[in-house]
Amino acid sequence: MTAADRGAELAERVRAGDRRTLARLLTEIENRSAVAESALRVLYPVVGGAHLVGITGAPGAGKSTLVAALARAVRSTGRPAAVLAIDPSSPITGGAILGDRIRMQEHAGDRDVFIRSMASRGHAGGLAAASVDAAAALDAAGFPIVFMETVGAGQSEVEVASIADTTVVVEAPEMGDEVQAIKAGLLEVADIVVVTKGDRPGAQRTAAQLRAMLTVGATDEAEAIRRAEAGGRRRPKRPQVLLVTAPTNDGVPELLAALDRRAAGRDTAMLQPARLARAAAQLDAVMAERLRARIRDGRHRHRIDALLVAIAGHELDPYAAADRVMAILDGDEPANDAEPDRPAADRA
Amino acid sequence: MIERRIKVLIAKPGLDGHDRGAKVLARGLRDEGFEVVYTGLRQTPEMIASAALQEDADVVGLSILSGAHMTLVPRVCRMLRDEGLGDVLVTVGGIIPDDDIAALREAGVDRVFGPGTTIGEVAEYLRDNVRPRESA
Repeated sequence: MTAADRGAELAERVRAGDRRTLARLLTEIENRSAVAESALRVLYPVVGGAHLVGITGAPGAGKSTLVAALARAVRSTGRPAAVLAIDPSSPITGGAILGDRIRMQEHAGDRDVFIRSMASRGHAGGLAAASVDAAAALDAAGFPIVFMETVGAGQSEVEVASIADTTVVVEAPEMGDEVQAIKAGLLEVADIVVVTKGDRPGAQRTAAQLRAMLTVGATDEAEAIRRAEAGGRRRPKRPQVLLVTAPTNDGVPELLAALDRRAAGRDTAMLQPARLARAAAQLDAVMAERLRARIRDGRHRHRIDALLVAIAGHELDPYAAADRVMAILDGDEPANDAEPDRPAADRA
Repeated sequence: MIERRIKVLIAKPGLDGHDRGAKVLARGLRDEGFEVVYTGLRQTPEMIASAALQEDADVVGLSILSGAHMTLVPRVCRMLRDEGLGDVLVTVGGIIPDDDIAALREAGVDRVFGPGTTIGEVAEYLRDNVRPRESA
């Protein structure tokens, strides 16, 4: 069976609601395989209905516990929910410990909560491609809301905002002073900021500080839009700040209501910038994958390796080397997906 | 296309709360390059089978120190088969009397690892015995 046939078959069974096949397709997606690509080509035109919610924040801030509570809230409205929980891969061995399910045990017996752990696998930009594709597969399987929990983020891991419809930034109480709240980075990409562990001392104060600092010095909204548009810049977001105590459910229905309000506005202008940003991230990621695959192609390896040695020896600067790589690739035959070393009969 | 990684689900069925061994193994297998899903304590056979399905695990590793293995392990194996996961490698670690091993293997366990097993032995066994994937 060719990759295209197998991909089409997987796509059909996923659409029919087969959870075992969904799990298999997610593995193909993680492996960036030809089968996954074929399946996604079939599925892409028929998906797009799901609300993709990114959940990010520092390690230990309470992301997994919040996602478990959100899944509970979604279930209480009768809808199924999907969770993609991403944990880091070892940069040394490539191995990973995926521990997010520990906080989501209450859903383990529920067929309508599909939880999938993914290792980040450390390929630049590739995680964005794999997680958007995984969300598309979950969308195709009929999940109207997909929570994507990122690896514990530092100040600048803002990639999730480029692929999610809605970005929720999770902050634990007492994690920093007011100046932390006005630094550029993670908080800026939030559509909603959630202060977790709301029963801890200091939680109220953290929420109040964030509310104050996220608006301090910001101009009036209409004025901000006018000035950003006049200058050709994206306009800053004005996130809502919510206080949540996930284990007791305090604040969780309000958070889900805020998410559902955004989903309801999906056909309007509200989510359009997010969807265009995602399209750009997807195209970038796939282009990068294709370019890397061509560079690694056996035909070019010797010439590329020679360029690497020249860069390392400071005989050639990386910019000139990049120009030469582009020239090498420009010289490729147009239809060059198959490896040339093998006879045609072995391909596909 | 990137290199396949073997995905191992490590679970503690039943009521014993001693998971140091499970955590040591999870960490050790991480260092051997495996992707390890750790599900936590007090899992029912239903929870383990459902997690193995959603995660598309290649291996289910059960850690049991409570003595309830003859009740729990066959149920996990049966539920995995019921979910269409008969090709998943099932291993058991913990305190398992030698006399029980034959019955566990009969129930569907591929290998029992006793005290003193090294991480390297487990990793080597998993690499050698994991199911092949139907598509590249």
